[in-house]
Amino acid sequence: MINNLNILLPEIFLSLSIFTILMLGVFIKKSFNIIFNLSSLILILTIAIILNNPNHEEKIFLDSFIRDAFSNYFKILILISSLFVLNSSKNFITDNKLDKFEYPIIILLSILGMFFMVSANDLILFYLGLELQSLSLYILASIDRDNLRSSESGIKYFVLSALSSGLLLYGCSLLYGFTGSTNFDLIADQLNKENFGAVFAMVFILVGLAFKISAVPFHMWTPDVYEGAPTSITNYFAVVPKIAGLALLIKFMLIPFSNILLEWQTIIIFISIASMILGAVAAIVQKNIKRLLAYSSIGHVGYALAGVATGAISGYESAIFYISIYVIMNTGAFSCLYLLKKDGQYKENISDLSGISKKHPLLAMSFLIILFSLAGIPPLGGFFAKFYVFMSVLEKEMYTLAIIGLLTTVISAFYYLKIIKIIYFDEKKLSFDHVKNPAISGTILISCTLLITFFLYPSFLDNIVNSLFVN
Amino acid sequence: MNFPILSTLIFLPLLSSFFIFLSKDKKNNFSSIYISLFSSLATFLLSLFLWYSLDVNTADFQFIEEKSWINNFIKFKLGVDGISILFIVLTAFITPICILSCINSVKDRVKEFLIAILVLETFMIGVFCSLDLVIFYLFFEAGLIPMFLIIGVWGGSRRVYSAFKFFLFTLLGSVLMLAAIIVIYWLTGTTDITQIYEIKIPKEYQNLLWLAFLSSFAVKMPMWPVHTWLPDAHVEAPTAGSVILAAILLKMAGYGFLRFSIPMFPFASEFFTPLIYSLSIIAIIYTSLVALMQDDMKKLIAYSSVAHMGYVTLGIFTFTKQGIEGSIFQMISHGLISAALFLCVGVVYDRLHSRLISTYGGLVNYLPKYSFLFLVFALAALGLPGTTGFLGEFLILTGTFQKSYLAAMLATVGVVLGAAYMLWLTKRVIFGVVNNSEIKTLKDVNKSETIMLATLAFFVIFFGFYPAPLMETFNVSVNNLIENYQLALNTR
Repeated sequence: MINNLNILLPEIFLSLSIFTILMLGVFIKKSFNIIFNLSSLILILTIAIILNNPNHEEKIFLDSFIRDAFSNYFKILILISSLFVLNSSKNFITDNKLDKFEYPIIILLSILGMFFMVSANDLILFYLGLELQSLSLYILASIDRDNLRSSESGIKYFVLSALSSGLLLYGCSLLYGFTGSTNFDLIADQLNKENFGAVFAMVFILVGLAFKISAVPFHMWTPDVYEGAPTSITNYFAVVPKIAGLALLIKFMLIPFSNILLEWQTIIIFISIASMILGAVAAIVQKNIKRLLAYSSIGHVGYALAGVATGAISGYESAIFYISIYVIMNTGAFSCLYLLKKDGQYKENISDLSGISKKHPLLAMSFLIILFSLAGIPPLGGFFAKFYVFMSVLEKEMYTLAIIGLLTTVISAFYYLKIIKIIYFDEKKLSFDHVKNPAISGTILISCTLLITFFLYPSFLDNIVNSLFVN
Repeated sequence: MNFPILSTLIFLPLLSSFFIFLSKDKKNNFSSIYISLFSSLATFLLSLFLWYSLDVNTADFQFIEEKSWINNFIKFKLGVDGISILFIVLTAFITPICILSCINSVKDRVKEFLIAILVLETFMIGVFCSLDLVIFYLFFEAGLIPMFLIIGVWGGSRRVYSAFKFFLFTLLGSVLMLAAIIVIYWLTGTTDITQIYEIKIPKEYQNLLWLAFLSSFAVKMPMWPVHTWLPDAHVEAPTAGSVILAAILLKMAGYGFLRFSIPMFPFASEFFTPLIYSLSIIAIIYTSLVALMQDDMKKLIAYSSVAHMGYVTLGIFTFTKQGIEGSIFQMISHGLISAALFLCVGVVYDRLHSRLISTYGGLVNYLPKYSFLFLVFALAALGLPGTTGFLGEFLILTGTFQKSYLAAMLATVGVVLGAAYMLWLTKRVIFGVVNNSEIKTLKDVNKSETIMLATLAFFVIFFGFYPAPLMETFNVSVNNLIENYQLALNTR
């Protein structure tokens, strides 16, 4: 029994510390700073615990919880990205009077939810984890509760997300009804192509998951929530839940639905193509940079899904590869937004970036690197992400998907170029305040360095991702 | 030899651009200019050493460097042979000239400009060194970033339009090539081109893959009808940008045909030869006629570049020794001549800030040295015997006559048209009466301008009279290319 708890150690540690700092937060006055720093510490300690955990596969609690290299990798990715997101956004949080001690605690709670999502091997545990994450995200979206836009985005997110959770739950119950089990392994044994009801259930589950990772046609909430929520929350939304959502999607394809791959594949191909096209076309006309990043993230999810759509291990690997680089790029991109401060106000319009290359050459250069990387131009990291996805897509001879993906790359390059044009070619309009914050500049520096030097040794990430699927 | 000379050649400019980035100087950017000039000259000397130590009696790749790169399926493989070495030397030769030219023409953000040029040099040398399709694609595409910035930040009034057009045209062409590269990997199990030459791609796939490669090379070359980005990009780019664009970037496509299209897809190359002939002939005649009508000097030279590149594609696809050797020679010669012509335009543009032909006239009365140099390059561009321009065109036409009388006859018309627009340009700019009173106040070429133009003029005339050093370098490699091509066709 004690050995079993060892396996669950990261989750136990995380939940106990969350309750501890929650109590601390209640009893200490003006506790934001303390709680914030403690949360960062907790994140680091959890990373250390997971790194200490062995990677071989273990299932506990009637095989409902699984710990293997796959779940550990995603947990570490979630923790590291939240650590950077949280720390780079601290200035923004205090400047906008969001410094309530609940802020970091709710983020930790959502991380706990994601932990259970990526480790779930059972429909019930998976659903509980998903709901813990979603509920925390609803609160986060409307955390600036006196601000009309923020509360609106919170309500919007809540209503639509609750609907999708309902569909997901419906799908889960159908699946249970047709297979007689909630365990992923048992479901996999029971499912086959003749089981028509199970295909039905699969569609419902897929809708729920597509909603969580904002893939077209379940993306409608994304631009509004991204624009309405405070930038620090948008940053979190754009990065961390996507990791968990994609992990779950891959997991569903790997275990429970491995026997009805063909049906599942058709839908994912459609979702992937629709996301890539919409992400590329709709972003062109955006004026608000957060809205633009929302559409760009929809497009990127489309590319990651193209990898998933292959239904092969190499495809899943490429999708994980893609999402890892996506996390690096988006963390950097949002950190740049924290530097666009003018007279205490954070600017969000693309036109405000006009000509900043003269006054802020380093910020402009960071934007340049990150945007070209998002566009997928070699030799930056974003190119390798796309390269891997297209490698696996073409291996399966899915030529239409590959050609559409490549053409949308060109279309999406257009709007990234547009921002670069505004930064570098246009006349200076605003000069921003001098923000000196090591966490922000450190995050940008790390992300840019990773993107530039990625081409020197791409095998590094490749080796890690390959090792996830050894068994 | 264990010293990684090719990697050094590639990464030396990148390294020095990093130093420029770190250097701090308030006044005149002296240290940036010195660092960049020094490093680019060092690169040039290194490339000359490479040329000197290259064994020209074998068609094998030499100075091969191989490192495991992406796990066990893609290797970072570099190497040179008789064909690529000349392009490397050309790149390393043109870059210091560009840096010299920016002393006079770039006033704003000099440091960033030099960084962009040096980063671009890294990518350009990388293109000509790489022996792996993915590495080639990486360098080929990466060059877009610095060039986009060079046109967009330091360009003329319509720079945004031109920069976007340049970037999107090239990217659209290249992504199809990327798809083709990946398909080749799944067909043959490797992206190492020396292995692909051995394995041979199945015949039924060749046509489609060839077209995917063409989409990229045709845009870069540029061939009619996707040449429209070139005049825009040339007109708006600063002088150094135009020089690099004309002298080196356009050569990547011609090099690509020789290195990839012909050896990898011999059947498709043969199958599509009529297509290439038609496009080349249209390019030669149509763009020459368009060039006649231009009132902007840079645009005129840009259209003449398209026509000259038409000869190159024509020569390559004759698959004769004369045709291919002529094409390589023509590319080198065009690299020197067009670079020089753009520099010439840059010289007067820095003084009067106008590119219109009508602004000038009668320059010979006040700028004798300049007029002499301009005349040399104009005559070289129209193919006067004794200059490099003549030899290239002559060999290409010789090769074409062996294959198709019609194509050769039509291409010869282009030679006449070329003489027409170049001579007319010279007449209106250099000779004639002085209409513009400002011309009387102009100063003749200064020291750095003289150095740049005189060096180029020397090589244009030297290789025009004594082309043996160039010819001997690529002779064996070209023979080998044609032999392998014939061999592949005969084994059908």
